[in-house]
Amino acid sequence: MKKRSLIQKSIYAVITIFAVLVFNYLLFRVLPGDPLSMMMRNPKATPEMIEGMRQLFGLDQPWYVQLYLYFKNLLAGDLGMSFYFKQPVSSVIGARIMPTIIMVGLAEVVAIFAGIIIGLIAAWKRGTRIDVATLGFSLVTYSMPTFWLGMVIVVVFSVNLHLFPTSGILTPGMTYQTTGAMVADYIRHLILPTLTMSIVLIGEYALTMRNTLTDVLSEDYITTAKAKGFDNKYILRKHALPNAMLPMVTLIAINLGLVVGGTVQVETVFSWPGLGSLMYEALRARDYPLLQGVFLLVTVSVVVANFIADITYSYIDPRVKE
Amino acid sequence: MHYKEFRYRKLKEFFRAVKNNKMALFGSVTLMFFLLVAVFGPILMPFSTLDFGNVEDILLPPSGDHLLGTDDMGRDILANLISGSRISLLIGIMATLISMIIGCVIGIVSGYFGKRIDQLLMRFTDFFLVIPWLPLMMVLAAVLGTNIWNIIFVIGITSWAGTARIVRAQTLSVKERQFVERTISLGAGSKHIMLHHILPNVFPLVFANTVLVASIAIVSETTLSFLGLGDPSQASWGMMLHYAFESGAASAGAYWYYLPPGFCVVAVVLSFTLMGYAFDEILNPKLKGR
Amino acid sequence: MKLLEVENLNTYFNTSKGQLKAVNGVSFDLEYGEALGMVGESGCGKTTCALSIAKLLPKEGEITGGRILLEGVDLASMPESEIRKKRWKDVSVIFQGAMNALNPVMKVGDQISEAIVLHEKGSKEAAKRRTGEILELVEIPAARGSNYPHEFSGGMKQRAMIAMALACNPKIVIGDEPTTALDVMVQAQILNLLEKIRKEFKMGFILITHDLSILGETCDKIAVMYAGKIVELGTVEDIFERTAHPYTQRLIACFPNIRGEKRIPEGISGSPPNMLALAPGCSFAPRCDRKQACCETLEPVGKQIGEKHFAACHFALGGGAIE
Repeated sequence: MKKRSLIQKSIYAVITIFAVLVFNYLLFRVLPGDPLSMMMRNPKATPEMIEGMRQLFGLDQPWYVQLYLYFKNLLAGDLGMSFYFKQPVSSVIGARIMPTIIMVGLAEVVAIFAGIIIGLIAAWKRGTRIDVATLGFSLVTYSMPTFWLGMVIVVVFSVNLHLFPTSGILTPGMTYQTTGAMVADYIRHLILPTLTMSIVLIGEYALTMRNTLTDVLSEDYITTAKAKGFDNKYILRKHALPNAMLPMVTLIAINLGLVVGGTVQVETVFSWPGLGSLMYEALRARDYPLLQGVFLLVTVSVVVANFIADITYSYIDPRVKE
Repeated sequence: MHYKEFRYRKLKEFFRAVKNNKMALFGSVTLMFFLLVAVFGPILMPFSTLDFGNVEDILLPPSGDHLLGTDDMGRDILANLISGSRISLLIGIMATLISMIIGCVIGIVSGYFGKRIDQLLMRFTDFFLVIPWLPLMMVLAAVLGTNIWNIIFVIGITSWAGTARIVRAQTLSVKERQFVERTISLGAGSKHIMLHHILPNVFPLVFANTVLVASIAIVSETTLSFLGLGDPSQASWGMMLHYAFESGAASAGAYWYYLPPGFCVVAVVLSFTLMGYAFDEILNPKLKGR
Repeated sequence: MKLLEVENLNTYFNTSKGQLKAVNGVSFDLEYGEALGMVGESGCGKTTCALSIAKLLPKEGEITGGRILLEGVDLASMPESEIRKKRWKDVSVIFQGAMNALNPVMKVGDQISEAIVLHEKGSKEAAKRRTGEILELVEIPAARGSNYPHEFSGGMKQRAMIAMALACNPKIVIGDEPTTALDVMVQAQILNLLEKIRKEFKMGFILITHDLSILGETCDKIAVMYAGKIVELGTVEDIFERTAHPYTQRLIACFPNIRGEKRIPEGISGSPPNMLALAPGCSFAPRCDRKQACCETLEPVGKQIGEKHFAACHFALGGGAIE
């Protein structure tokens, strides 16, 4: 039974990824203007580059040859040349992956911990001011455009308070005596984007945690645990939290799409050199091969991450194992 | 009970509940304010102040002449905000409309016909649910070109998936209800049943969802404009923020430039969100007491 | 010394609509190895009464008066930190509907052994061994302890719940409708099992149910509750053979008697009183066919009508009218 659902889920994930690839192909070919004319709109695209494109994607061939070439190039990891960076798209993207993983990873960890703790306190003190404040915070952060929150944070913490640098990943022109000094500078640049990203996520995590925990705490097995003579702390840790954590896993996975969107905005505001700001740069330069490459990467990553979360869930919830 | 009577009673219950719900009330009042400002904007504020100002008018802090100061082109911020409200709300509402139509059609067709059609349409819906929205919108907008209708189309076409899922679930339950079963057995056509019997009964839930989609649409518009995908000829709140960021006015400390549009966005989106939550609570009693 | 003496217990709920006297001046006692059945319609206060003993009341509930003496020690006035040590070790509960009373994401064996570890202060291995023994006792193979609750059938879950309640050799076990959700065959099995274990370990047992018919075979004494009060208390024979209170009579009439004459079981007309606004006099008066004028003004007190037989009715049978 379980094996069957695993296979079924894998098939769905593969179909989705295939659909993403085809969608990506169609997007840049079927919609107004073929890739060549789109590229020719870009002043940075030289005639040699356009000719290279034509050859690589077989743009003067029939559509099925084009589709075949598209998949062949994809499998070979060849996403074409970036007009703007004048480098292969894959290597441009490769250089931008780490900063994003570090920033988003850290923000997720912070948000998950903070969200769980805040949600826990709100659920425990249901109906009090803390609870209402949590709800208010969640609704306001949910309503806020991420980039605007980033702008406000930059002005408050960098421009007014001079606590942290406004943008970038390392101070330009700085020479470091030790690796430690460089790491410290990196961290100083990392704090504000991570903070912005976390705030966006905390509200939703806290609210979900609060609602599930409130439900769980009214369950009969919590009364059983109390009847057994355990104190509140133990009951919360051993009985309530393991049950309340399950929906959180799903939420974190569902939220990944949102996180990707947030990353584009946060990295743009803070000029953090990751995939998000790369997408923005590609967009501004109308660098279509690059835009397409980044889009493909983030979309496939989200699909795969959702698949992994789905599988993880079936492992941690004993009821799904059947 | 005849279904018309059923609908009427539901509607009455609904408005009574809204009146008693603080969240819904606050949301409706705030939203009404912004709608009035958008509609009567030209009467409130002569838009001639939107013309580029003189050099000495650039980035003036708030004063008697300019209540909210001026931007980097010497334009009055308050007038900009008022004219921006029309564009932001228009894009939000139009995009929501598109999203609702697609979501309703796919949801009702999927739920009503079931089987293969349902499976196929739901796979398609899941595909749109799982793809990260913003990158998808960015790519679409970049390919289509930036004008106000494209923005509306792009937001509408990417945000219907959640609605389709909800409508489908509701269609399945409405289909089981007596008056619909009776109509089917009387031999009414599928199109007639879907339009006259299912749609009206799915509508209350769609309404709650519409409000939430509208909040997403407005945030999306703001974000796309900020990223430079907005219509340069239509200065929405998002475009104002775009200029504030690009000109470096924000980091130069011109708080009057970047704070007001942001507050407006937060206020409108928050109102929609509050109303959506409240409607959902009123229409789905299961959530009550949370 | 008696195992348990409850004296004039009052448990009130503070609700948004006012104070609800869920348990209103209840007294009874329990000997070692004795089984007491508590019966009444839903909302009569029987569960609240039993849960008050372990002080397992919801937030709104509060014991406002009376004493609960467990081997002479008053639990009612004991602070929470002390009562925690008594729970499960001295007083354990078999909850209604074990499917919800067991934690779905924790192995059944772990749910039993965690209580042993807490109260017996032994090693984890010892607790595990004891868990295996106790599961065998309720006829569940010890190896099934590593299963999750959803892998058990309804009857097995209920037996696992019983095993859990017995884990620390408690002095008193409270069964809150322990068999209500089960089919008749499983119900009989479980009640037999409970009786066997109780006699073997000389435990006091309080069985709460709305089903009077199962009490005759499993209990020594029966307390009939109505509107927060015990209206009749006596041995099984007292209650079934020498029924004194009109409410008890009506309850008995609700169930078909397979040995007696063939007749259609009667329901009890009328509904239980609004517990938030109790009228003066006897709470059962509006539904009572033996009602006289005094019933609506004067509240009846418990009268002794047999050696261990009490009834709170002005016109209790075998008692005679009010002086």
